[in-house]
Amino acid sequence: MTDYLDELEGVADAEKPTVGDLAIQNYTINFGPQHPAAHGVLRLVMELDGETVERVDPHVGLLHRGTEKLIEHKTYLQALPYFDRLDYCSPLAMEHSYVLAIEKLLDLEVPLRAQYLRVLFAELTRICNHTLNLGAHVMDVGAMTPNLWFFELREDCMQFFERASGARMHAAWFRPGGVHQDAPLKLLADIGDWIDNRLFGLFEDAVALVVDNRIFKQRNVDIGVVSREDSLKWGFSGPMIRAAGLPWDLRRSQPYDVYDRMKFDIPVGTNGDCYDRFMVRCEEVRQSARIIKQCLAEMPEGPIASLDRKVVPPKRGEMKRSMEALIHHFKLYTEGFHVPAGEVYVATESPKGEFGVYLVSDGTNKPYRCKIRVTGFSHLQAMDMMMKGHMLADTTAVLSAIDVVFGEVDR
Amino acid sequence: MSLSPAPRYAVNDGVIDAARAAIGDALIDAWDRVGEVTLLVRRDALVAAMTALRDDPALQYQQLMEIAGVDYPERAERFDVVYHLLSVTRNHRLRVTVRTDDEAPVPSVTGLWPVAGWLEREVYDMYGVLFSGNADLRRILTDYGFRGHPQRKDFPLTGYVELRYSEERKRVVYEPVKLAQDFRSFDFTSPWEGAEYVLPGDEKAQPEAKGAPTPLTADEIARSPVAKAVTPAPAPAVSTPKTTESPAQTGAGKAEPELKPRPKARTAKPKADGGAKAKAAPAKPKAPRARKPKGDA
Repeated sequence: MTDYLDELEGVADAEKPTVGDLAIQNYTINFGPQHPAAHGVLRLVMELDGETVERVDPHVGLLHRGTEKLIEHKTYLQALPYFDRLDYCSPLAMEHSYVLAIEKLLDLEVPLRAQYLRVLFAELTRICNHTLNLGAHVMDVGAMTPNLWFFELREDCMQFFERASGARMHAAWFRPGGVHQDAPLKLLADIGDWIDNRLFGLFEDAVALVVDNRIFKQRNVDIGVVSREDSLKWGFSGPMIRAAGLPWDLRRSQPYDVYDRMKFDIPVGTNGDCYDRFMVRCEEVRQSARIIKQCLAEMPEGPIASLDRKVVPPKRGEMKRSMEALIHHFKLYTEGFHVPAGEVYVATESPKGEFGVYLVSDGTNKPYRCKIRVTGFSHLQAMDMMMKGHMLADTTAVLSAIDVVFGEVDR
Repeated sequence: MSLSPAPRYAVNDGVIDAARAAIGDALIDAWDRVGEVTLLVRRDALVAAMTALRDDPALQYQQLMEIAGVDYPERAERFDVVYHLLSVTRNHRLRVTVRTDDEAPVPSVTGLWPVAGWLEREVYDMYGVLFSGNADLRRILTDYGFRGHPQRKDFPLTGYVELRYSEERKRVVYEPVKLAQDFRSFDFTSPWEGAEYVLPGDEKAQPEAKGAPTPLTADEIARSPVAKAVTPAPAPAVSTPKTTESPAQTGAGKAEPELKPRPKARTAKPKADGGAKAKAAPAKPKAPRARKPKGDA
C-alpha cells in the first residue's frame, strides 16, 4: 500500500527508479493495415510517448493498382470506368474531371441539359459521399446510430444512380460530350420528392444526435487544428481548406458546367479542427440539396450529349436505319476518338476536395499520360503535422475528418 | 453563352510577361495553349523560380496542387516534372515544367511547400527521378522492396513479378510473371491513319504501336472555328475518265514494281491534305481489297 501511495505522490526511489516514478519509453505501434477505423488499407507507423503521438508515418500504396499505367493502354472511353474505381464513395465526381479534361482538349461543346444532369448527379454524389463520411466519423468517435441512419440515405442515392445508369456504384455515366443516357422524368421527380420529404427528416435527426453531444465535442473540438497558412502550404482543398477558414470552392471560383448559374453558400469553419470539418460537410449536404432543387427546376429539354458523331456515339435506334450511324458506332467502340495533341489540367470540386486530371495527349486514340491529382494524398501527408502532440485515440477522429478513401489515395 | 463546360478562371493575359519579369533568365520557354499557361524552367534555378512565383505580388501562386512526371523516352532528358500551381487570391492556375534524365537530380521544393514531400516521392517511385534536398525520398505507392519504375514507358504493363501465397513456405512469394494467355493488346486505329498492325496471327508478342497523331494540336483546333466544321475536300477536276485499264491499277495479278511503295505509304505520317483525301478520294479502297486474300490465308 505504501508503494501505491508513493506512486500516487510521485515519490521516486533512487535504487529502483521505475517504482513510483514510471519511466516510460517511446514506442512504435502499427495502426493498420487492417483496422476498422483506418478507412481501408492504411498503415500508420506511430511513435508514441505514452499515449501521446510523437510522429506519424503513413504508409500508403497497399491498394495501388496502377490505374494511371492502365489508362495509358486504353482508349479514352475505355479509361473512363477506372475513375469510378478511384474514390468508390463518390464515383461520378471522379468521372467529372476526366470528361471535362477530354472535352477541353477536343474543344467540345456540351448541351445544356447534359450540363445540368451532370451537376445534378455530381451533387447527389456529394450527398452520398458526405453521408458515408459523416456516419463513419461519428462511428469512429464512438456513436453508432447516426451511421445506420445515414446509410439509409446513401442507399437512396445508390438507387437513384442505378435508375440513371444501371449501376449502383460504378456508374460510368458521364461521357465525353455529355452523359450516357437521359434520366427519366420519373427519376427526376423522385429525386425532388426525396429532397423535399425524406432527406432532411433523416439527415437532421442523425446530425442532431451528435452535433451538440458533449462526448462528440470532446472528441472533435480542437483536435487536428490546421491554420490557414498551413492549409495552403500543405495543399489542402475542399472541406479541409474551408474548415480552416478559406472560402475556396472550385464550384464558385472556377465554375464548370452550369455551376455559375447555381445559387449556393460556401460554409467555412472558424477553428480548423475536426469539428469544423464535420460541420462544413453537414452544411454542404444542405447546399447540395439546394443545387439539386435548382437543377430540377431549371433543367431544359434537349439532347443529353453532343451531336458531334466523331466523339459521341449515335443512338441505337438511329443505328438501325443509318449506315453512317452504324459506322460511327463501330469506329467509336473499336478505335475510339482521337484527341488532338496537347496537355490540360482540369480540376473539379469533388466531395473530398480538388480532384484534378492532368491529361497529356499525343494526338492518338489513347492518353499519353493521365496523372490523377487525388485529394486524400495531400491531406494524409499532413497527418504527421496534425497529429503531433495529440492522443492516440484522436487518430481516428483526424483520419475520419480528412475523409480518406484508399481507392483514390493509392490509385 | 458558350456551352464549353471546362472550368473558367482568371484570364491568362499578362501572366507570361509577369513570370518572365519575376523569373528572368531561368525561364527557357513559355506558352499559352488550350487556355493554360506553361513555363519551362531551368532545372538548377527551379527553387528560386518557384519562390518568385509564390511571393511575387503580381503572381502569388500560394498552393502547389500536383507534381506529375511524364516520360518521353526518345528525348535525351527524357523526363518532364510538371508542377501545377494555384493562386487562390488571383484565381489562376499555372504549370511549371522542368526537364531531367534519370541521373540529374531536380532541386526539391519541400522547403517552399511541405506538400511536395509525398508528391516528389511519387515521381521518384514511378519514374526514378531524383530530388535533391528531399529528406525522405522513399518509395511510396509500390510494394516494399519493389524494383523498377513502373510509369516509365519501357516498363511493361504486366510488370516483371507476380506474387502468391505459398502453402509450403507459409508466406507470400514473388515469382516471374507467367501469363496463361499471351498479352493481348489490340490496335484499332485506321490503316490510313497510320496503324502499324500486323495481320492476325503473324506476330503475337509485338508491343503495341500507337496510331499516328492527328495533324492539328489541341491548341490549333481551339483557335480556329473553321477546323471544327467538316470542310469537304474540293472534288478534283476530272480530266481523264475514271476507268481501270491495267492490272497495275486494279491491284489484280502479280505484284508490279510500282505497287511496291504501298506498305511504306501506310506507315508514313499522313499530311493534312493526305488525310482528307484518303476519305474523299474514290481510288483509295484499292488498298483493303488488295490485302484481303492475305488475311484469309
